[in-house]
Amino acid sequence: MAMKQAEDLREKYLRQSMFPTIFCDGCGIGNVLNYTLWAIDEIELDIDRTVFVSGIGCSSRLTGYVNADGLHTTHGRALAFATGVKVANPDLTVIVFTGDGDGSGIGGNHLLHTIRRNIDMTVILVNNYTYGMTGGQVAPTTPMGSITTTTPYGNSEWPLDVCEVARALGAPYVARWPVTFPYQPIKSIEQGIRKRGFALIEMLAPCPTAYGRRNNLRALDQSWKWYKDHSLLVEEYERIERFGTDAERATLQGKIKVGVFQDSERECFSDQWRAVVERVKLKA
Amino acid sequence: MDRNLIRKALGAKVQFIQGDEACAYGALLAGCTFFGGYPITPATEVAEVMARLLPKIGGCYIQMEDEIASIAAIIGASWTGAKTMTSTSGPGFSLMQENLGYGIMTETPCVIINVQRSGPSTGQPTLGAYGDMMQARWGTHGDHEIIMLCPANVQESLDLTITAFNFAERYRTPVLVFIDGELGHMRERVIIPEDDEIAIVNRTISNVSPDEYVPFGVNGDLVPAFAPFGAGYHTYVTGLTHNEQGLPRASSAEVHNRLVRRLADKILNNTDDIVLYEELETDDCEILLVSYGITAGVCRDVVATARQRGVKVGMLRLITIWPFAEEAVARLAQQVRMMIVSEMNMGQIIHPIREAVAGRCDVRLISKIGGALHMPAEIMEAVEQWR
Amino acid sequence: MRQEIRICGFGGQGVVTAAVILGKAAAVFDNLVATQTQSYGPEARGGAAKAEVVISDGPIGFPAVVAADVLAAMSQEAFNKYKQDVKIDGVIIVDPDLVIDHHADQPIYCVPATRIAEELGNPIVANIVMIGALTAVAHPVSWDAILASTLESVPARFKDLNQRALETGFEAGQAVASGNGRAAASVDRDSR
Repeated sequence: MAMKQAEDLREKYLRQSMFPTIFCDGCGIGNVLNYTLWAIDEIELDIDRTVFVSGIGCSSRLTGYVNADGLHTTHGRALAFATGVKVANPDLTVIVFTGDGDGSGIGGNHLLHTIRRNIDMTVILVNNYTYGMTGGQVAPTTPMGSITTTTPYGNSEWPLDVCEVARALGAPYVARWPVTFPYQPIKSIEQGIRKRGFALIEMLAPCPTAYGRRNNLRALDQSWKWYKDHSLLVEEYERIERFGTDAERATLQGKIKVGVFQDSERECFSDQWRAVVERVKLKA
Repeated sequence: MDRNLIRKALGAKVQFIQGDEACAYGALLAGCTFFGGYPITPATEVAEVMARLLPKIGGCYIQMEDEIASIAAIIGASWTGAKTMTSTSGPGFSLMQENLGYGIMTETPCVIINVQRSGPSTGQPTLGAYGDMMQARWGTHGDHEIIMLCPANVQESLDLTITAFNFAERYRTPVLVFIDGELGHMRERVIIPEDDEIAIVNRTISNVSPDEYVPFGVNGDLVPAFAPFGAGYHTYVTGLTHNEQGLPRASSAEVHNRLVRRLADKILNNTDDIVLYEELETDDCEILLVSYGITAGVCRDVVATARQRGVKVGMLRLITIWPFAEEAVARLAQQVRMMIVSEMNMGQIIHPIREAVAGRCDVRLISKIGGALHMPAEIMEAVEQWR
Repeated sequence: MRQEIRICGFGGQGVVTAAVILGKAAAVFDNLVATQTQSYGPEARGGAAKAEVVISDGPIGFPAVVAADVLAAMSQEAFNKYKQDVKIDGVIIVDPDLVIDHHADQPIYCVPATRIAEELGNPIVANIVMIGALTAVAHPVSWDAILASTLESVPARFKDLNQRALETGFEAGQAVASGNGRAAASVDRDSR
């Protein structure tokens, strides 16, 4: 990959008047933006014909930093707004930035139905295990036992695996990477944008300020190391699951599957709709 | 959009159709090409007509997963430059409130049809009511103005839906068309107007280059020029308090004050254009029947009966409910002895009426809930009793 | 001149369709003013189906029936429920096979619409027979208008059947209205 300098990309794609960002030290959301810029530059995406849509939350602020058409909407509803944009003008490329609370909590139902319809869009869901902007409350993705401001004695709910849901619903492209992986996320975002249909890229990003400090992941090196130590490529994970010894299987405990979970083809909504229009449209 | 195609899709010039269907016809005539909706009694027929006709003209119908998503989709679609609409009834309108505010804050043209039914909660799904009149005005949080039109019959459901699109485009704001389950399901003759009989307004599109474009900057009329997504203008749209460039300035009292007051003023400064009403026999009337929606027809009968009996009764029919016809009500309050307000709710529009009357005449309510219309005789009886 | 018509029966008989065809005949083909409504108020619950048409030569204010000029009843339950809302100089048309006990103060015209429809080959057109009869008895709209409205409102492959139903109903209505009813159609002037 012929990489440009990060500064070149910032100059080319960012809205300088929006800086500095709202992000805290050690936050992984900025990395997600960088990976996205690398990806869109790599595939020479026409930025004038691209719309960035987001909901509410830290990661949903990303749309504001990109110098492109952006729709920063209401909490949880990014995919519904994005559906309107894409369906009304299928020639536009739609990229959604959302968070775990925004995209899978309050917006969970929209996620199901946007995948079901197979709206052609790329959803970059930043999962930091918490509601960061409001100061660190329990999210649908918060690991069992975690301490948050609303689970002061430890989380007693099972977390949601967003990628598993997307895969089960037949999303044509599903991947998960921690921001600590430098190249794979770029590749996945490229693949997601190129995919004709719904693409979900879940980015695991540390939130030292709101989540980490209550869960022994306050220091930057500590939290980045945690993601490295706990991530396991899906191929390796599934190999151990199927063929590993008991001792090997025991090591899977607490590990997070990462990688590309699904890469398939399925006719998207706009293609289906175009066929309907071709069939029934009146002749002038 | 090929207008001949629209006419072809609508069919015969004279038809016998329901209020719901007429709203859909009006939308198509206004140039609506995108509808996002969710089924709900008694508004479902609006969506059904749009689903049947939009693909015939090359537009798009999408049934969303709920009403929150429906209004979100039409706002998103509107930013591509399309004229967009959704329809619902009370429970769905309640769900739309947050995104209605988003549409106001982001100055997104779109139209919402509410075929009202009785509440609270699930209430009486198949029966008519006008219980959402105040929710329309104050349902979404924060300071704002809203435009809401209230047709009284099926033809007007068509005509005023066109007007609603025109207001939405002209003032860049969501516009509400409120009918009720009775009118929504009632059939009457509708004459589809010719193109030279209707004015079609389209939002002002930016004619400056992207470098010069200020997305929420305004000239004299307080309505910014629009740049559709995909045209290279790189517009950032946010529900946060934003400056003229569209950039969040959520902590600035000054920016918030300037923005929110402009959003209100672009409507309040144009009430001459927006506030529509009809006066009947008001020249010499001593008792004024104030009504809106389907009840207006009943009051029309009462005016005729009362006049036959020598009672000087007139009628003020509110067509635009919001912004409120303050001046007309205040003017008539100086002339009449009494205003009788007939509402299919427990008294909602009587409040702005009392505010405008400011004690200058007696204001009385004839409230009707449960799904039945006011009978002409019961209003006439009140007139006789209170005269 | 305002004429209020109520057509009632039970669900599935097509009373709403009948009312729509009648209203359309008036509003579209006879250039009169008409409103058609299904149900006003919670009293229209249960098995009784009801549809109304108001026809006038001037603007219609209250859009529904206050007191019917014409009641067409196709079920006993509906007849029992709505007979008291008929004007004293109004008329009532019943399907006597379905409204066995049909006594009222107003003249009652018996048109066995369902039996006629069955004889024509399909009981589904009983509602069309009924509006044919209603047109002959009460003259709310012209024959040309009701025929045009009917043909425009039914699927192409059923046009013939519906036209025959309308014609047969109209003839039965004429027969009972003129007093020389055939066996199938009769006037019952019981004023119990």
